Amino acid sequence: MANQLKCVVCGSPATVHFTQILNNKVHKLDLCETCAQEKGISTPGSFDLPLDLLHKKASGDKTAASEIETAAGLRCEKCGFTQADFKKTGRLGCPHCYETFKHLLDPMLDGMHKGTTHTGKVPRHAATRKEYHDRLSQLELTLASAIKDERYEDAARHRDEIAQIKQTYGKQDATC
Amino acid sequence: MPRAKTRKAVASTTPLTFDTLIASSSELTDTAASKCAIVMTTRIRLARNLAGHRFPGRASGEQRAEILDICRRTIGATALMQPACDLSISDLSDLQKQILVERHLISRELSASPNGSSVMISNDQTCAVMINEEDHLRIQFLRAGFQLKKAWAAVDAFDTAIEDTLEYAFSPALGYLTACPTNVGTGMRASAMMHLPALVISGHMEKVVRAVNQLGIVVRGQFGEGSEASGSIFQISNQTTLGESEGQIIKRLSSVLSAIVEHELNARALLIEKDAGKLCDKIGRAYGILQNAHLLSSGEAMNLLSLVRLGIDLGAFADTGRALVDRLFIETQPGHIQYGADAAELTPAARDQLRAAHIRRQFATFAAPDFGAIANRGAPQQN
Repeated sequence: MANQLKCVVCGSPATVHFTQILNNKVHKLDLCETCAQEKGISTPGSFDLPLDLLHKKASGDKTAASEIETAAGLRCEKCGFTQADFKKTGRLGCPHCYETFKHLLDPMLDGMHKGTTHTGKVPRHAATRKEYHDRLSQLELTLASAIKDERYEDAARHRDEIAQIKQTYGKQDATC
Repeated sequence: MPRAKTRKAVASTTPLTFDTLIASSSELTDTAASKCAIVMTTRIRLARNLAGHRFPGRASGEQRAEILDICRRTIGATALMQPACDLSISDLSDLQKQILVERHLISRELSASPNGSSVMISNDQTCAVMINEEDHLRIQFLRAGFQLKKAWAAVDAFDTAIEDTLEYAFSPALGYLTACPTNVGTGMRASAMMHLPALVISGHMEKVVRAVNQLGIVVRGQFGEGSEASGSIFQISNQTTLGESEGQIIKRLSSVLSAIVEHELNARALLIEKDAGKLCDKIGRAYGILQNAHLLSSGEAMNLLSLVRLGIDLGAFADTGRALVDRLFIETQPGHIQYGADAAELTPAARDQLRAAHIRRQFATFAAPDFGAIANRGAPQQN
């Protein structure tokens, strides 16, 4: 049989063909029965497309294909998660993975969501924390410059300010 | 079902244990107060993660324990969780986990998770926080009836209070960062449990599913992804989380839910208009079987209860019966039947027998239907 469709996950002949129109975009997926079952779309009660597979649809697109190729060797420096892990699980390893796999994720997010930028709730402290980090870096620079110029009274004041800010916010950035 | 029968209110200051949790009533099991019976419950969940920590699926046992400890302390200190029912998943038996899934207090994924996972449930059971599920935190708020805005106000306030202590993984461009990119952005999944028997009977449900899918809304069975829509109960939720604010998502979902309610009401009117006798027959038979059957599978019980619930909505039974039906939707699930039996693992046939016995007892005093209201509506209009 010519042009038999292949499963986008494992490459076996595809027997489950899924089409969904979401946000006026048509998404098509071809899967073998095993992979369809794993993704939970072979059961009659389930009606939604497994979104973690949506990026596969872009593989026919030259730009997306080359992006995926470029990202193939990527590994998250914080948690060691690789693109192969992502393909296998459809999940990411840590918050930093969003930076690491940005090129891979951007076209995916475009396909699966209403938009590509967050417009909702912002944690109350996110803005304050940014201010804190900015102010801290600024004070550290001023402190360094005061020490360099031998203005020790200024330096002591800046040092106390830095200590005060750190104590107020009390948190250090954790690492993975 | 001896335990299920001895339901009593739990004093608000007494911490819940697994047993008191199951024995006490909640918004989930008593939705009769709802003004819109078609929307049984409204639920909003937020996915949140701690900055600088691996997502649970990638974290080591030690890291999971650390995340659990941090989250537990923070959640446990909130006003709503005074006191909280804190259940470690690894301490629960398979049956206990199944019951929590049937009550929608935990997900199937959490019930299958390794060590270092927990659920914290508020005393009134309207808030459940899963720790170390797919994300570090899955905060869920439940309200009886069609109350998306109230549910959002409650979950938003709780989330903001937590954020005073915890630093969330957040990016200004992508919002709340989640293990699965399908949840990134708001991390919010708002959903309603809808009872849509007339759309199912008239065969229009598939059309509705297709139409709402195009609007970025997903329809699932009662127990989420992959579950069957028995009892004509559907979970309807937003699919996308990035590019819209929480308010916009809720507004969009609300208008879709209202449209579905309208379609269901029209389908009911049409069923009555076309053949009121046939509909009365279905409802009457369902009542008869529930009152007299000696073997009932979970699926059959759900479908029959659904017809009686439709009968209540249409005025054939008293409104007060809805609370019992909604409670039985939960209590007739396999886990609940096994739990009530307080015996070694039952065979499906034995469960069917116990289920039927429990329903018979509950329906013994359930007043017989009066089909006058339906028959009158179905009568040809005189001009």
